[in-house]
Parts: sequence; structure tokens; C-alpha cells
Amino acid sequence: MAKYMMSVFGPAERTEYGSYSSEEEMTQAHADTGAFNERLMDEGHWVFANGLGPASTATVVDGQGAEPVLTDGPYLESKEYIGGFWIIDAPDLDVALKLAAEASKACRGKVEVRPFDGE
Amino acid sequence: MTAVDEAITRVHREEWARVVASLTRRFGDLDLAEEMAAEAFAVAVERWPTDGVPPNPGAWITTTANRRAIDRLRRESRRDDKQQEAQMLHDDSPPERLGVIDDDRLRLIFTCCHPSLAMEARVALTLRMVGGLTVPEIARAFLVQETTMGQRITRAKGKIKAAKIPYRVPSSEDLPARVSGVLAVLFLIFNEGYLTSDPEKEAVRSDLTLEAIRLTRLVYALLPADGEVAGLLALMLLTEARRAARVSASGELVTLDDQDRGAWDAALIAEGHVLVRERLTAVATGQGPPGRYQILAAINAVHTSARDVRDTDWSQVVALYDQLVRIDPSPIVALNRAVAVAELDGPDVALAEVDRLDLDGYHAYHATRADLLRRLGRSAEARTAYGRAIELAGNTAEVAYLSRRRDQLGNR
Repeated sequence: MAKYMMSVFGPAERTEYGSYSSEEEMTQAHADTGAFNERLMDEGHWVFANGLGPASTATVVDGQGAEPVLTDGPYLESKEYIGGFWIIDAPDLDVALKLAAEASKACRGKVEVRPFDGE
Repeated sequence: MTAVDEAITRVHREEWARVVASLTRRFGDLDLAEEMAAEAFAVAVERWPTDGVPPNPGAWITTTANRRAIDRLRRESRRDDKQQEAQMLHDDSPPERLGVIDDDRLRLIFTCCHPSLAMEARVALTLRMVGGLTVPEIARAFLVQETTMGQRITRAKGKIKAAKIPYRVPSSEDLPARVSGVLAVLFLIFNEGYLTSDPEKEAVRSDLTLEAIRLTRLVYALLPADGEVAGLLALMLLTEARRAARVSASGELVTLDDQDRGAWDAALIAEGHVLVRERLTAVATGQGPPGRYQILAAINAVHTSARDVRDTDWSQVVALYDQLVRIDPSPIVALNRAVAVAELDGPDVALAEVDRLDLDGYHAYHATRADLLRRLGRSAEARTAYGRAIELAGNTAEVAYLSRRRDQLGNR
């Protein structure tokens, strides 16, 4: 088994419905994602998953100098930011990509699949 | 070339993919497989001139490469514990679908053409691992720096290993999409040779077209029941058959209607026609509708069946394009269909169809319009259209042809 991170990307600006266009869509996305998560657990792929707060709540810390330097906001300026992620167990990339396709459909966003190093 | 050199070249061409594929399966490491296969051939170059060519050269290369791989792994014994973990995944269950021959080379092809790799990486990896071309050869073929091409291949191999791209024939459910991905890679290699887009290169490069045909023959041998594989092979053969007639001695593109049909390669045409007939029978007996490559091959079969351009069965060509439009409603297919419509219903009907297409950035759109306008006697508009086509065309032979056509227009 290898571990992969599946990151979901969404718009920088969130509305009262998060990154969704309507309340209905938000409710449906949450339900679909919940069902997908249960499947991950049932089939033994689940390691961890959660949504993140908006990019505007991020702080970048550079602790390499004598005193840590703090910068308000995300590390890279972008139109889209990671809105949440899963960590999954999968035997190979083909399985991970299939799960990512379902994850993307459920949460209504593009998903980046990336293996962990040195597994 | 001596007899031994010839033997080495032949064995390299015939056995390279098999050696890399079986080593990859055994050791689970594409890098090691490639390196040891190359080393085994280097040993052959050194030894065969004095020792003679062994009775079974392919087996000799495989054994030599295997031994070297084991030696290498022993030397790096710290890898032993890690080796099990680092191995690429493959399963030994036979492929589910009938007509798929279980062959390590097929695993190798599917791995090199994995959809998670960039197209240019798939092309480079396939030519290196399956085709056995060297990195400098591939770099030359695509006019990029050797170091760039080397990095592209190294990066792709690194991703295969780190992301665990599996070494196996896809499940029957995924097979059609994955085969079509493989065919896209082969067709891209062929097209780069057939009509190179780079003005600094020769118009037609048979090294790439022939390599694409050789690889497609291999895939056809491994997937004989797949209609689209047969279709792509037929399409390549029927296109390659016209190579000698496609560019004039002065380096100008010769269009289909002006080609010396006596210079077409009769053997390739016969082979292509057999494949197309087999597919027609298969489709007629209910083996599913034909895909795009089969239809394109059938269109090329109609053209290559006519001894004279005037004998071309244009209604058949248009009917085939109608079929193609149904599975691929892209404007480029509609443009090619319009070229056939011009022969059947006249250039005015074709021009009306062409003018509806949104293809302003595509050289063939302007070249087609220019030709239709010329035939309708609308010279001023034709001249403008030829100008746009020349601006956009990258192929030297095509630019030469278009320029002559434009310059032949009367000044009114």
C-alpha cells in the first residue's frame, strides 16, 4: 500500500455557501462527500480527511532566522487555494486516480493526487 | 555494415522491448531494466565480432541483461531489503478480455502511455523503452536538446516509480480508454513524421513514420481483436504508401489529386486494404461500430483504390465522413468532410460549409478555403486565404505548394 494526498482546490473568495454557488449545491456536496468518505472507510482507503478554513485565515511562518517572521495570508498568491484534503491508502496510482475522480465529483472541485515520499 | 553489425541491429530492433519488459517485470524497476538492456547490447557489440553471433541472440541478450541486473543488485546489497518495497506493482492474473495476449511488452506499453504522464513524456518514454531509440535519437527527432529529452525521460521514470504507476494490462473495464491513449501516442509519433510542424525540419521524416508503424504492428500483434488498433495500423500503412508521391523533387507538397499514383507503394496498400476489409467484415457481423481510426482507414482505402483521381468514389468518402462526424463532431472533421463535398456537390456547397466553421487559427482551414475560392474564380479572396494559410503553415513543403498556388492566381 502507498499513501497519497488528494488536495481539493477551490476559489479564494467564499460566499455564505462556502465555495459552492447555492445552499442546495452545498448541502448536496456535503452529503456526497460524506457518502464517499464512508466508502473510503469501508474499503480500507481512509487515513484522514478534512476541509480547511479560507486561505485568508492562513499565516506563513519563516522560522529559519533568529526570530520567526510571520506573514499574513497564504504562501502563494493564487486564484484558487487548497480547500481541503484527503490522505488515502491505495495499492497503486490507478486505484488512487479512480478514487480521486469520485472525490472530485462528490466535492465539486479539482483534485490533485500526489504520493507521499519514501513509502 | 558487417554481418555481425547487421545481426546486432536486427536483434536490437526485434528484441529490445521484450528484454526491457521482462526485466522490468522481474526486477520491478524500469530504470534498471533499461540500463541493463543497454549494457547487454554493448557487451554484444564487444563480443559477437570475435565470439560469433550466438544461436539464439535474443535469449543471449536476455540472459546477459538478467545476470548484469543481479550483479548490480548484489553490489548494492543495501537495496535488497528495500527492493521488495520499491518494486513496481504487477499482478499475474491473465487479462480478462479475449484477444489480449499476455505479454510483458503490453504492460510496458501501457505503463509508458499512462494517462497521468504528459503527452510529450509518453511519446519519449515509448520511443525509448518500447522502440529502443536512444535519447540522442529521440532528441533529434523532436529537435530538442539531448539534456532536455534526457530529463523528460528521467522525470517520467521518476513519477512512475514514486507515484506507483502499475505495471499491468488494465482491467477490461478500463481497457478501451487506455488502448485509445496508447493509439494517440502512436498516431502523434506518426504525424510528427508525416507532416512535421517544424519549419526547420524535413517535410516528411520516414524515421518517425516507420518507427510509429513498427510500434503499431507490435500493438496489433498483442491486441489483434481490437478494431481501433487494426484501424490505426491500416491508416498508417495507407498513408505511408503515398509517401514517395507526397513531396515533389523540388520539395513541394503534392496534393492527392496531383500525386503520381504509380509511385504509391502497392505492397503497403494491399496490406492496408486487407486490414480494412477485415474490419468491415467484423463491423458487418456485429462486432460493434467502428471507431475513428477504422473510419479514417476506410476513407484512405477508398482513395487508394482509385487508379485515377477521377475514379474516386466521392459519395463513399462523404458517407464515411458522415459516420466520423457522428462520433467526432469537431470542426476539423467537418473541414475534411467539406473537401470531399466539394468533389461531390461542387465547391460552392463546400465553401458554404467551410465558412460556418470556427477555425481561423488553423492553416488547413485557410488552405481549403483558398482552394475552393480559386475554383470558384474568386481570385482576390483566394489570394488573401492563401496568404493566411502560408502564415500559419509550419511545414516547408506545404508552404512551397501554397506559395506556388497563390502566385499562379491571375492579377485582376
